[in-house]
Amino acid sequence: MANQEGDHYISYLDQQGKYRGLLAWLLSTDHKRIGLMYFYVIATFFFIAVSLGLLMRTELIAPGETIMSPQTYNGLFTVHGIIMIFIIVIPGLSVVFGNFFLPILIGAKDVAFPKLNLLSFYLFLLGAIMAVLSQFLGDGPPDTGWSFYVPYSVESSTNVIFALTAAFILGFSSILTGINFIVTIHRMRAPGMTFMRMPLFPWSIYATAWIQVLATPIIGITLLMVVAERAFSIGFFDPALGGDPILFQHLFWIYSHPAVYIMILPAMGVVTEIFPTFSQKPVFGYTAIAISSLTIAFIGYFVWGHHMFTSGTSYFSRLFFSLLTFLVAVPSAIKVFNWVATMYGGSIDLKPPLLYAVGFIFLFMIGGLTGLIQGALATNIQVHDTAFVVAHFHYIIFGGMGFAAFAGIHYWYPKMFGKMYNIRFANIAWVVIFTGFNLFYFPQLVIGMQGMPRRYFDYLPQFKTGQVLSTIGSYILVTGLLMMLINLLATRKKGKTAPANPWKGVTLEWQIPSPPPLENFDIIPEIKRRPYFFGESKNEK
Amino acid sequence: MSDHAVHSEHYDREAGKLGMWIFLFTELFLFGGLFLVYAVFRATYSADFHEAASELNTFIGTLNTVFLLTSSMTVAMSITAIQKNNRTLAFMLILITLILAGLFMVDKYIEWSHEFAYKVYPGSEVLKNMPRGELLFFGLYFMMTGLHALHVFIGMILLTINLVKVKKGIIHRENYLLLENSGLYWHLVDLIWIFLFPLLYLVS
Amino acid sequence: MKNQETHSTGYLTYAIVLIGLLALTTLSVAVTGIHLGAFTVALALLIASIKVAFVLAVFMHLRSENLFLKLAVAGVFVLFALVIIITFFDYLFR
Repeated sequence: MANQEGDHYISYLDQQGKYRGLLAWLLSTDHKRIGLMYFYVIATFFFIAVSLGLLMRTELIAPGETIMSPQTYNGLFTVHGIIMIFIIVIPGLSVVFGNFFLPILIGAKDVAFPKLNLLSFYLFLLGAIMAVLSQFLGDGPPDTGWSFYVPYSVESSTNVIFALTAAFILGFSSILTGINFIVTIHRMRAPGMTFMRMPLFPWSIYATAWIQVLATPIIGITLLMVVAERAFSIGFFDPALGGDPILFQHLFWIYSHPAVYIMILPAMGVVTEIFPTFSQKPVFGYTAIAISSLTIAFIGYFVWGHHMFTSGTSYFSRLFFSLLTFLVAVPSAIKVFNWVATMYGGSIDLKPPLLYAVGFIFLFMIGGLTGLIQGALATNIQVHDTAFVVAHFHYIIFGGMGFAAFAGIHYWYPKMFGKMYNIRFANIAWVVIFTGFNLFYFPQLVIGMQGMPRRYFDYLPQFKTGQVLSTIGSYILVTGLLMMLINLLATRKKGKTAPANPWKGVTLEWQIPSPPPLENFDIIPEIKRRPYFFGESKNEK
Repeated sequence: MSDHAVHSEHYDREAGKLGMWIFLFTELFLFGGLFLVYAVFRATYSADFHEAASELNTFIGTLNTVFLLTSSMTVAMSITAIQKNNRTLAFMLILITLILAGLFMVDKYIEWSHEFAYKVYPGSEVLKNMPRGELLFFGLYFMMTGLHALHVFIGMILLTINLVKVKKGIIHRENYLLLENSGLYWHLVDLIWIFLFPLLYLVS
Repeated sequence: MKNQETHSTGYLTYAIVLIGLLALTTLSVAVTGIHLGAFTVALALLIASIKVAFVLAVFMHLRSENLFLKLAVAGVFVLFALVIIITFFDYLFR
């Protein structure tokens, strides 16, 4: 705490340990260095997957074969999905910002098991590399889509087992991270920091970690069953052998629906940190936000069947899942109201982090409300497996989780690197990204409603306008992303030195120097009140 | 913080135990996926399941249950022995646990090779000509007991490490978290078997 | 740090629990012979659950752990039961 600028200290970036150079990073058990390594790996894969998406959009700029064969297209959307889902959005925010800021926000020197943390990273890296290799080894890239639905994933002659193993290893890494974070939150909080005095990003990480721990094993065993099915025709999912393909869908979504909450909860946590800081006002409804994270995690565990409304599940089951799907929207809406209420009457400072956070609310609401259209049994029939679904989950995943990630990067960048990016340029990039995003996905909502199926390489002439608009939007979006990237890369070394607390934040990470020293705190702070305390005058309660 | 930036790692027994318990939760859900598949097919093909289960050797299954339950007790006792600073006894108890685990594996080997001799293994022609429910039962049987045997094997490796560390005195009264966590893991292996045994061997 | 003191369980307690577990196993095998229809499975699972409860409470020292861990273990079993029940909403009413 005593360390402010001017004092001599060695930041985690410059610290010299047992090893020198690159090894000092690769073998580091420091949560901040591990967080940054995840950040670089994930950012790299993000731009790979974005390029694949761009190729797909270019293919769809005109009906018929434009730049690639249908088989290549199938391979592309599979690898785009696997990279985006398993390597970027599921781990993404929790491994980057969770690793970097969870210990700092709860006043700890590191996570509970630093070595396990490094092991998680290497499992992640191994899984990520295998996922990419699966595209080049064997008889062509897997073409099943990221969801590996049987019977096609059993019958496809492509290298599915390799991709399944990659997903299994990534899942294992996710489990270990989850365990680490739960134990960290239970055992390492600073003295005086009760659960109800914990900032809300750790709360969301806590809820996320429980889903990671309790849902991921199910996908692990399911993937093993598919491997057994391919290798020994064990029959679980093969109707010819008495099995049931729908059972695969149950097992798959028992994990993969909660996985959506693994993606979105940390995103909600990030923006919850941003709103109070840029409104200079305590967060509205602290308890409601904290509890709603747990509620989302809990209810979110029981809505998996809404992915199977057209699969032939029983009517009662569909009714049940539809009801719960509507219920899970309630805690999400509570959060949205709280964020808006936090801004209400605050002294709003419209800096890039807040812009992205506000963009998050807007896009997340479009994503959430279009989700309800699919959650209703009747309308689901119309939009199931159409571009509408594609647009919906990109609004949630990219518009929600992606924008929250960008918000987090712009919020914590000065803390992580001790440098300040060009704020004006970041604002312009935001405008380009936001415009491109909506031009990209909104037309897909429309053509989806009109009947454009998802995952199709070709389309009828009537969808041409929408598809072309969408492709143009994708180009604008990628331009914006590149602008953001250039801004951050250019200021990484040469930018202005950032002060310890550029945004006048009040949570613990802003009380230590930028970039933080190796063990974050010289003296572990003692917590005496709830977070988001902006001084007496503004805290009447 | 000064120039010597050595990263301190603290020792927190409660944290280690909590982490292990949460890991066990994930193991439960890993097997849970298979139990779910079992439940669904059991409900669909109950007659076939009865028929297929009667072909398993209940004696071998019961014997293995006895081995595992007893080994669970000995490993629990070894922790008490360490707590009472009786390293020799702890060493003996872990050794007995390992022997019982070995007997379990031998028994399993005999059982599986017997089935293989009748050409009953996943993907075999004999299995494919059976009624669908029996085929699925054997699929589940091999996958569940196989995954369980893998866990027994991992548990044996863990116990061997403990054996060496107790002998060398690295595990002692003040620091026995590894033994405690390995014990927890071993009990989980036992716990899974307690459910597997009636579901696979006692449905006839 | 609280809860660091060790709870040592006596050898005799373990031995008694083992005898109980073996007795329950015998019971479980014995009742298979009696035809109770659907109750056979229920009975087998009930006996298994009692055995698991003993292993958890005594062998795994759950009885001397803190309340949070007890609740978490119970919660995990409840969660899994709910997953099975909800999956059967599909299979039972198809």
